[in-house]
Amino acid sequence: MPETLLQVNSLNKVYESATGRVEAIGDIGFTMNRGELVCIVGPSGCGKTTLLKCIAGLLRPTAGDVQLDGKRVTSPPEKMALVFQEYGRSLYPWLTVRGNVELPLKHKKLTRAERTQLVDDALLAVGLDHAGGSYPWQLSGGMQQRVAIARAVAYQPEVLIMDEPFAAVDAQTRADLEDLVRRLHSERGMSILFVTHDIDESVYLGQRVIVLSKSPTWVQEDLTIDLAPERDQITTRALPRFTELRTHVYEQIQRAKRGEAVRTSA
Amino acid sequence: MTTAITSAAPSGHRRRHRIGALRRVLLGTLGVVGFLAAWQLLSTLRILNPEQLPSATDTFAQLSVLLRDLEFWRNIGRTMTAWAIGLAIATLVGTALGTLIGMVPVLRRATHTLVEFLRPIPSVALIPLAILVYGLQMPAALIIIVYASFWQVFVQVLYGVADVDTVARDTARSFGLTRTSQLRNLVLPTALPYLMTGLRLAAAVALILAVTAEMTIGNPGLGRQLTVASGIGNTTTVYAIVIVTGILGLLINIGFRMIERRTLSWHQSVRGEEAS
Amino acid sequence: MTLYTSTVRTPAPKSRLWAKIGENTLYAVALPLVLLLVWGVAATISPAKFFPAPQMIAGAFSATWIGPAFLDDVLPSLARLAVAIVIAVVVGVVAGTLIGLTRWLRELLEPLLEFFRAIPPPVLIPVFVAFLGVTDTMQIIVIAFGAIWPVLLNTIEGVRATDSVMTETARSFSLTRSQRLFDLVLPAASPRIMAGVRQTLSVALIMMVISELFYSSSGLGYQIKFFQQNYLIAEMWSGILLLGLIGVLLAVVFGFVERRVLRWYHGIKEVERA
Repeated sequence: MPETLLQVNSLNKVYESATGRVEAIGDIGFTMNRGELVCIVGPSGCGKTTLLKCIAGLLRPTAGDVQLDGKRVTSPPEKMALVFQEYGRSLYPWLTVRGNVELPLKHKKLTRAERTQLVDDALLAVGLDHAGGSYPWQLSGGMQQRVAIARAVAYQPEVLIMDEPFAAVDAQTRADLEDLVRRLHSERGMSILFVTHDIDESVYLGQRVIVLSKSPTWVQEDLTIDLAPERDQITTRALPRFTELRTHVYEQIQRAKRGEAVRTSA
Repeated sequence: MTTAITSAAPSGHRRRHRIGALRRVLLGTLGVVGFLAAWQLLSTLRILNPEQLPSATDTFAQLSVLLRDLEFWRNIGRTMTAWAIGLAIATLVGTALGTLIGMVPVLRRATHTLVEFLRPIPSVALIPLAILVYGLQMPAALIIIVYASFWQVFVQVLYGVADVDTVARDTARSFGLTRTSQLRNLVLPTALPYLMTGLRLAAAVALILAVTAEMTIGNPGLGRQLTVASGIGNTTTVYAIVIVTGILGLLINIGFRMIERRTLSWHQSVRGEEAS
Repeated sequence: MTLYTSTVRTPAPKSRLWAKIGENTLYAVALPLVLLLVWGVAATISPAKFFPAPQMIAGAFSATWIGPAFLDDVLPSLARLAVAIVIAVVVGVVAGTLIGLTRWLRELLEPLLEFFRAIPPPVLIPVFVAFLGVTDTMQIIVIAFGAIWPVLLNTIEGVRATDSVMTETARSFSLTRSQRLFDLVLPAASPRIMAGVRQTLSVALIMMVISELFYSSSGLGYQIKFFQQNYLIAEMWSGILLLGLIGVLLAVVFGFVERRVLRWYHGIKEVERA
């Protein structure tokens, strides 16, 4: 029975900048159930990263709140793990791959054996079990992002948040990483909130796609992806239903960019 | 991240910026004032012998006396002259040798051990030798100043010449640029920020050694005035001169940092990282 | 920008390896040997008063420093230097971290620290002599006080500017404050700190030499001056040589430590250059 894991209520964030007030997020609300894979897309500059940072507890919203498991998020919650877009700056270059994956576990009350187990498991899950002793900068971009994902997985969060993680990675690697995310979701039942600007990616990955409007941002559409749960880069993307869905999302984004969508009362 | 600007209301951000700068200036001034006050307090309370620690007021009074003394200014001039000449020689020789050796890989390898042995030798270790050869005159001081400053410039130029981006060099070669043309259009601009850094470091080192040489070799200048005053127990003069050398050092630091930033600014895109 | 670890590397054949070693050694010793030879020959043909032949210097070196003089003069000098360096580095890093992380403290002290750093360190020697007289403690304190500034200021700079994405990562994983300090801030600042330590080492050496040359009645520096004043030229040169060797030793030790501590940093630079 699906239970609500994450709840975003009327989130609003305003920045004071040198040129004036900037309302990054207008009014965003949605829920996410346990075990779901939800994608968030929107036009460029619609505040996706701001939204994620508010959800992750790294930023204080100006109004509204975020609730994880019924508890209000005011600072980075223990049950959440974040994968950043800039993997090069998010991994610590003085630590090996193993060291990076293990670091967040150190303050959790675990024995060394338990930690090692988690690290081994996570590295295996992302396919980097042979690269434990290397340094991040010795690896390719795709592999570095896998390390970041492994780090999040080892942390055993309830919800995994990914902020455009594959934007800086080449197309072939991106396909592999997308399948990795799907695997993590199906094999481990992880709840994943995935932000992307890539429309195809959002439809391929998600069970739901949330389309954001232009700034001041609100939820323009909450679309359920009724594709089969078993997906494949070649066949799924060739399905007519896939094309319908992606065209629909694309049109929504175009409308969002032009500011045509009208806000229905919440 | 550019988002729609919803109002052009008075920017909280710019205000916060100004408040931040104001805060820094205030706190910094408070720090200096606090230090002076503590100094004054320490000496008035006679915690330490006034012979050892003259009061701040006495020191600054003596400083103003010195500033009205022509001989003091002449001493400053002498120190700065030695500094300038030493720095100039060091820069010229350092740049020339650094460029030459940096560009010829054979020379680089051949001179590596020599450089790595000579560089760590403290210039002040050569003072006895300099005294023997040149007596207690300025040329002796110059040797010391040049030796130390040279390495700063030389090493930086060496790095700079080696830092030429391989893609840029390949581009130059594929367009058939001659060696001299490459030198002028590629190597020197790449090395310039490094040279500026080396110049800044060398300027600071040159001041230290100029004053030190005067203290030890005894050629006329601020350093000598310092040792003389210390010898006769004129502690206020000693402290006053310490302050003056500090100010000189600050001015040199600030001045050369500005120069360095100027040349670095249009190079940031090329270099993408700062010098140490 | 990054390497793929999948490339296969075949080891070079043995003969090429020996040729490489031979070549490297040749480059390493050729120029110094040639210079020494030229100097030796020139000095034997027409001896210059203040530039004795290398062999004489070598002789004076073993005669002077290998023996009791080592224990009486050299070791105490080195000990003072070592203690002063340790004090300067430890206090510099600890204080620098504290100041760098506390914004109001940093802003309060910044102008003062910049001023103190700008003072040519040897200038402080007469001041300290007036305070503490010419003792071992004074020497250590004056060396430490003069040498602390580069490592202190570099630590402050290094500690305050940690990469924002790395900081956010640490926050998102709820790392504790001490974890953030030791696992993020300090490692990230270590290149900057090590650059400061290098400068601190050379200033410390300068301070040791000056304070012994002119303000002491024992120690390595004093001995060199003694030789100079008594026209024992070869002995003086041997002393300078010894100082040079100490400087080189410091540089080599530092090089080892730095390469170990900053292995990751050099690795990144190498990869970026590829």
